[in-house]
Amino acid sequence: MSGRAWVFGDDVDTDVLAPGHLMKLPPEQLALHCLEAVDPGFARAVQPGDFVVAGRNFGLGSSREQAAVSLRMLGVACVLAPSFARIFYRNALNLGLPALFFPDAHRVARGDALEVDAVSGTVINHTQGWQASATPIPAHLMEMVRAGGLVAHLKLRMAGART
Amino acid sequence: MPHDTPPSGATLAEKILARAAGLDRVRPGDVVVVRVDLAMAHDSSGPRRWRPHLEALGVGLWDPSRVVIVSDHYVPAVDAESAAILAGTRAFVRDYGVQHFFDMRGICHAVLPEHGLLRSGMMLAGGDSHTPHAGAFGVYAAGFGATDMVGIVVTGETWTIVPATLRVELTGRSGQGVAAKDIMLRLCRDLGMDNAFMAIEYAGAAVEAMPMAERMVLSNMAAELGGETGLIAPDHTTLAHIRAHGGTVDDAEALAWRSDADAVFGRQHVLDVSGLGPQVAAPHSPANTDGVEAHAGTRIDQAYIGACVGAKLEDLQMAAQVLAGRRVAAGTRLLVAPATTAITAAAAADGTLATLTAAGAILLPSGCGACAGMGAGLLADGETCISSTNRNFKGRMGHAGASVYLASAWTVAASAVTGKITDPRDMLANARVAA
Repeated sequence: MSGRAWVFGDDVDTDVLAPGHLMKLPPEQLALHCLEAVDPGFARAVQPGDFVVAGRNFGLGSSREQAAVSLRMLGVACVLAPSFARIFYRNALNLGLPALFFPDAHRVARGDALEVDAVSGTVINHTQGWQASATPIPAHLMEMVRAGGLVAHLKLRMAGART
Repeated sequence: MPHDTPPSGATLAEKILARAAGLDRVRPGDVVVVRVDLAMAHDSSGPRRWRPHLEALGVGLWDPSRVVIVSDHYVPAVDAESAAILAGTRAFVRDYGVQHFFDMRGICHAVLPEHGLLRSGMMLAGGDSHTPHAGAFGVYAAGFGATDMVGIVVTGETWTIVPATLRVELTGRSGQGVAAKDIMLRLCRDLGMDNAFMAIEYAGAAVEAMPMAERMVLSNMAAELGGETGLIAPDHTTLAHIRAHGGTVDDAEALAWRSDADAVFGRQHVLDVSGLGPQVAAPHSPANTDGVEAHAGTRIDQAYIGACVGAKLEDLQMAAQVLAGRRVAAGTRLLVAPATTAITAAAAADGTLATLTAAGAILLPSGCGACAGMGAGLLADGETCISSTNRNFKGRMGHAGASVYLASAWTVAASAVTGKITDPRDMLANARVAA
């Protein structure tokens, strides 16, 4: 995966990712408000394949999946942060949005050109000329992520149970 | 569930997960598949998200008697879209045979214990981040997103990484005007909100002295600490509450659900609540907490008593203690949304509602309401609100330019009287008799 970095701080919460008072909107419209409380231009300027690089405890707050859905709808390829809120992390992987624990996230600047391998955890910053490691997605989850997320994985399992 | 040979040196969280996983012993870091005893979701996170997946998979619920649906977010409907969400929820319950359905009876976390649906040692998966609320009953209660919940209601199981336990010991005795809410806001400041993949367990003399309504505040806001769940070992207070709400209890079995004396905790934190005064969390984080004096005098437009955490019968009674014989300040509005309709009825029966409305409070429907950015009571750009709810994230309660302060029902009510953030202790010391 290659793309540009969009950089955010610590404690980006689910109300910033998917505002509660807009939750009735269809997902593609809700996504246009993603992160607008902290970066009003983000949703319209982000390009498919770009990365969200953030600080600690990304995705804290609600269990609403629209937080992860909105990022994916905008084409965000992967979220990199030193730590994630538990429900967001599970939701992201269930929906096929890779989320990588990345201790060096603070070294990334807005607009940096990154190359990320979610399986090995390798992160290359082409703009600044360095390489660092993210924690790869746990092996037991890679099977599900490879299948295309939890529902696709269930489909395989149900098909298996019927035969 | 019997657990004849409890493994030595295990935490309460580890014991419940081991039982749910069918293993003798689990340790932090183990990845286990657990059977779920009860699955709960609401009108926002549940049926409307599940149905398309269930139809695509061509399957039903793994056990409709273990699924609880509560319509509490879009209630009552304010427009055609929310009406459609509620109608779709009712249709789902009918079509899939869901056995526990509470349609506009209150907020899911408050409804579960009100109807005796919780048992100590249970594994509860909820489609809402404040599911840890049930941890006050010794239930391993964790929140999940909608897709995770689809997996759970189809298979009856899910995976989890066994968390280390952060044990929070509350010692001492809290003074006048200090509630579990104040203690919890202080813990958000002290412990931060980044305790993901940890189980929180509350213990100590101050916890043992709390009634269940106060313990539920601690468990509920384990979510704000980032914890997976917020457990409190059951005692006779717990069992009496379960019985009083129609549940059945085997005392010996229930009381065995506790951490062993030689359990290994990932981290321990002690807070002596004796010296603590009323606390207020300033915008835009529950961790941005300080003593009420730090914000005293800040002008407010709205005072809000609502949510699973902050509109229990006891919260309404706390507000009435302050408001008896007093009036909400001109230019300030006090909104009260009781957590359940049963609470509204109880508050009507004991005179609490009359005290609140005599003071000028506006009564709202039972539901998540403005706390979840839905329903009545949202804020305009530039407005300030003090609220008994659990989160004050930017934009959560209306416009992103609004400011929300969090506090106990006592502090919210006292602030409504003056129109400014106010320490409730003077008013409590000079409580007036209801007119």
